[in-house]
Amino acid sequence: MIDTAEMLKAFNAHRGDAIVVPGRGGRHWVRISSEPDLDLPMGDPAMGGHAAFAFGVALAQPQRRVVLFDSEGDLQMGLGILLTVAELKPANFYHFLLDNECYATTGGQPVPNAKNVDYMMMAKAAGYPRAYAFTELDALSAALPEIIGQPGPVFVAMKVNPDVENKPITQRTKWRTRSWTQVIADLQRRLCIAA
Amino acid sequence: MNDRLQAHLSPEVILQQIKRHGVTHVVWLPDSETNWLYLLMKADPALTLVAVPREGLACSVAAGLAAGGKVPVILVQNTGLMESGDSIRGWLFGLEIPVVFMVGMRGWNRHGAPTADTASVYTEPFLNAFRINYYLVESDADADRISVAFEESKRTKRPVAVLVGDEYHGFNK
Repeated sequence: MIDTAEMLKAFNAHRGDAIVVPGRGGRHWVRISSEPDLDLPMGDPAMGGHAAFAFGVALAQPQRRVVLFDSEGDLQMGLGILLTVAELKPANFYHFLLDNECYATTGGQPVPNAKNVDYMMMAKAAGYPRAYAFTELDALSAALPEIIGQPGPVFVAMKVNPDVENKPITQRTKWRTRSWTQVIADLQRRLCIAA
Repeated sequence: MNDRLQAHLSPEVILQQIKRHGVTHVVWLPDSETNWLYLLMKADPALTLVAVPREGLACSVAAGLAAGGKVPVILVQNTGLMESGDSIRGWLFGLEIPVVFMVGMRGWNRHGAPTADTASVYTEPFLNAFRINYYLVESDADADRISVAFEESKRTKRPVAVLVGDEYHGFNK
């Protein structure tokens, strides 16, 4: 099993000027990121849409890498996006999946068929030209230059430790420091996109 | 003039309206009202078609496109609009995404005559519940309402809907 925060630290060394959508890894990423203006830490606007959102950003900014840290619970809600990504094949899209086999933010209940789903094979079957799976950080860290160095779309399934939260939502530490609209405005300003 | 001619809505006119507002991407799922429009859009090199298998995904794709500086339009049937409720709430209202929904009105019959299909019965109550403003387009004479919708969406940074109410009157030829 991979520690999400350690994995994100390893990734940060390779991010370059990529736009990063950290998904459920956001609470770690906001403390790790070297380029916060290029991050889109959205938290959870509506579950099931993170991959589609990051894919949309990738279509809009084809000259720049877009890296998503999706989660298996989110992806299960919108699996069809794998087909859409595979059809348009954005060469700048890197789709990492944090698979902790549970809904960590609601107390750790298992996702459907939690231990038996092969997301790498699902991505390949949907039409992703390249897909990987990792259960250990060392192997993933060694492969990161190759993964990031090749054209997308690339899918990377990772088994990660569940960071289960069981406190009432009002008692949890708020890790998002910027509003959704501020996050987007910061990115657009950085990319010189007229609002 | 018979009712069929009076009610004619041309896909060419719809496309012209969409392009007038700088749309770059059409995020869509087919419906029975829009096949001819699809063929026109597909032939247009200025548009990228993004096909999704479930309409809720169209909202988050559109949000990403807008965040990245492009101009999406969402083209779905009313059934799919209703399926998209939470995505509309979170990804479009939450992120203040200006986007127009072009909504094929399955089950709609002009003059409010009832049909056996319940899809249109729930469409306007759904839009009202989400406080999404909407404009009905049934013929070419209504087409400028599409521009009104685009302008309103851009001004308010909210989704606005255009209801394409011509399933039985020629839009699909």
